[in-house]
Amino acid sequence: MQTTSKSGNAFTNNPIVKAIGLQRIVVVLAVILEAVLFSILSPAFRQYATVVSILDYSYYISFMAIGVTFCLISGGNDLSVGTGMICYALAGGFLVQQMHMPVWVGLIVTIAMGLIFGVINGVMVAIMNLPPFIATLCTMLITRGFGSIITGGMAVSWPSRSSPDGWFRSMFKIINNGKIIPVGFLIVLLAILIMSIVLNKTKVGRYIIAIGSNKEAARLSGVNVIKYQMMAYIISGFFAGLAGIAYAATFSSSVAPGTGAGLELDAIGGAIIGGTSMTGGSGSIIGTLLGVFVMSLLKTGLPYVGLQANWQQIITGIVLIVAIYIDVLKNKHTA
Amino acid sequence: MGEVILTMKGIDKSFPGVHALDHVDLEVRKGEVHALMGENGAGKSTLMKVLTGIYSKDSGTITYEGREVEFHNPREAQEAGIVIVHQELNMMNHLTVAQNIFIGREFMKGKLIDDAKMNAEANKLFQQLGIDINPAEKMGNLTVGKQQMCEIAKAISHEAKVIIFDEPSAALTEAEIEELFKIIRDLRAKQLGIVYISHRMDEIKVITDRVTVMRDGGYVGTLITEQCTKDDIINMMVGRVIYEDPKTASTVPPGAPVVLKVEHLNAGKMVKDVSFELHKGEILGFSGLMGAGRTETARALFGADPKESGDIYINGTKVDIKSPQDAVKHGIGYLSEDRKRYGIVVGKTVAENSTMAHLKDFLSGVFIDKKKENDVTQKYVDRLKTKTPSVDQLVVNLSGGNQQKVVLAKWLVRNCDILIFDEPTRGIDVGAKSEIYHLMNELAAEGKSIIMISSEMTEILRMSDRIVVMCEGRKTAEIDIAEATQENIMHAATLR
Repeated sequence: MQTTSKSGNAFTNNPIVKAIGLQRIVVVLAVILEAVLFSILSPAFRQYATVVSILDYSYYISFMAIGVTFCLISGGNDLSVGTGMICYALAGGFLVQQMHMPVWVGLIVTIAMGLIFGVINGVMVAIMNLPPFIATLCTMLITRGFGSIITGGMAVSWPSRSSPDGWFRSMFKIINNGKIIPVGFLIVLLAILIMSIVLNKTKVGRYIIAIGSNKEAARLSGVNVIKYQMMAYIISGFFAGLAGIAYAATFSSSVAPGTGAGLELDAIGGAIIGGTSMTGGSGSIIGTLLGVFVMSLLKTGLPYVGLQANWQQIITGIVLIVAIYIDVLKNKHTA
Repeated sequence: MGEVILTMKGIDKSFPGVHALDHVDLEVRKGEVHALMGENGAGKSTLMKVLTGIYSKDSGTITYEGREVEFHNPREAQEAGIVIVHQELNMMNHLTVAQNIFIGREFMKGKLIDDAKMNAEANKLFQQLGIDINPAEKMGNLTVGKQQMCEIAKAISHEAKVIIFDEPSAALTEAEIEELFKIIRDLRAKQLGIVYISHRMDEIKVITDRVTVMRDGGYVGTLITEQCTKDDIINMMVGRVIYEDPKTASTVPPGAPVVLKVEHLNAGKMVKDVSFELHKGEILGFSGLMGAGRTETARALFGADPKESGDIYINGTKVDIKSPQDAVKHGIGYLSEDRKRYGIVVGKTVAENSTMAHLKDFLSGVFIDKKKENDVTQKYVDRLKTKTPSVDQLVVNLSGGNQQKVVLAKWLVRNCDILIFDEPTRGIDVGAKSEIYHLMNELAAEGKSIIMISSEMTEILRMSDRIVVMCEGRKTAEIDIAEATQENIMHAATLR
């Protein structure tokens, strides 16, 4: 009897490769490959503004993806983060723009909305036992409609950078004499660090992994399955709220109702590319961050090589299929 | 053997329609390995579920450590020191060994989980048990044997005083069983009470001190292992009166051609080198205890599971069956033991289910010829005496026996000549049972050939012309009905 039954070649058995994880190495290589490819194909890609643009996209996707990672690990999914994010940013921005409330109220309401819908998703999945895919698909529709209703179908403009209330934009991007400092990345890193600890070092994370790994066994071990399954969706809702703030803060355009559908796939794709399993039980937050950069680079880079929105969707779809197929193969291997 | 730690007395439990436990007694002493034996459905698991609070008892008393107790759930039993090591392991494969052992009672350092301490504590347990497992290894990377060791370690960590092993050796290799026995002997030396559920006669002789035998939910007796023979135990296990007349001689005409020949079939862990022949008009019974590999053999033959090697001949011609589709093409029909999952589509009508395997016969152009579908279905409803108000009735509304007839109709519509009945009367009431038997005999008389997998001894003896007995994936005997007895079948079924 051997303790580890996995075999592999010299490369996969290398201790350094094992410690970092083969998948993460592959993802990092994919990010580098993407960057190199776009740089070769388009000289315009090679500039600082592109880096800023890539980061701009990465913020909201990262936040959504962190939350979705918890749902995926618990054995579920959260399709509502994309439209949710927009809905929450609309609600918060509406209060600021139309009701003339202070910006901080708008920010808190944005996150609170995320939490509320997180609880709703959690109740549906953990208590009512609806399939997560369907339950959150419904929330996706509901948040899309709800966002429009709140603003009466109007787009919402959060205060601009030049206005006195525009301070919140500096949380993600400081512009000083035309020089752009993308500080948002630090916030994302901090979130990644904290949520990595939550996932790997706290009961919440441990039980979410346990539930995704074998729900019945977790229940029989005395784990409060309902509570911790709900927790995954509440975390996801919270981060969708953060994503809404990041979205409102990084892009100067107004937030438009009815948008956001499809953005959840960037987040889910990032998580899966980063090594989180579609079937639950395993995943990593750092992997998710790396996966997000694959998606964010695609979003930024494709227009440079002349592939516009429609092509982006096709390529995103293909990337997702490949990532999920790798996950399927991985599961087959361990089964 | 030390003093008595656990006594179950006069335990009685009924479920609607079934008297599952009929005044059963069990006594376990400290420092004893006590075997609990009986055929499938004898009530062993039910008794253990009553003990650990999964089921509540109707009457009887449980005395544990000198006090009368009643546990309401497995957690209460566990806290009192009674732990089951399950046959199907309840493990979370993505968590580490230590994380699994201490799930639900993690060591904390403030708000964070103290994995280092959990690993250290797990290591202590493993040392105590004399086993070598890395507590930081992911559970999914361990072999089944090692996983079981972890379950035992988990039990010990709960300060168990009574450990119940539910068929622990079913999935283990020889070497792993040796290691398991070493641990069990250690636990015995530490004055734990151990209940050991197993079908394997040889193990019982090796590892246990006493044997309690159950049969049909009743208590048969308790023996001291050293003082009894294997045959004593078998006689106690099977000594029931057979109410229905067993078949006394094969009804297959001599010289009937071989329609199906299986040679050296291997598939997974459960089908090892199985060979047999099936004659025209024969009912070939497949007997054996749970996990003997009968269903797996049928599924591999039918192409439902991949096979590693082996040849299949139909009417003398070698055939390549890679999928159920291939099998059906060659005229094999499979009636699953799990009707609801594999047999019928509950939300569809009798007619839709009946024609499912042969829909192309019911097409006119691209459309389904509803009239023809109804007519043919009606023919089989009449022929099989399926009780249904109409062919448009949803199958979900039929009784188990009638559902089984719909599955049968499906294969008859397809004109299958070889029918595999896997537990044909499971969950079917007595009246419908004899109708199914009647139908099977009729089909055999018409020249259809039947493989019948059954866990019911009476069914095997009543229906079969010949009996293949399996144990742990191997064919251990082939017995003509004229020579078959409960004893020689059970003997072969426990032959390792």
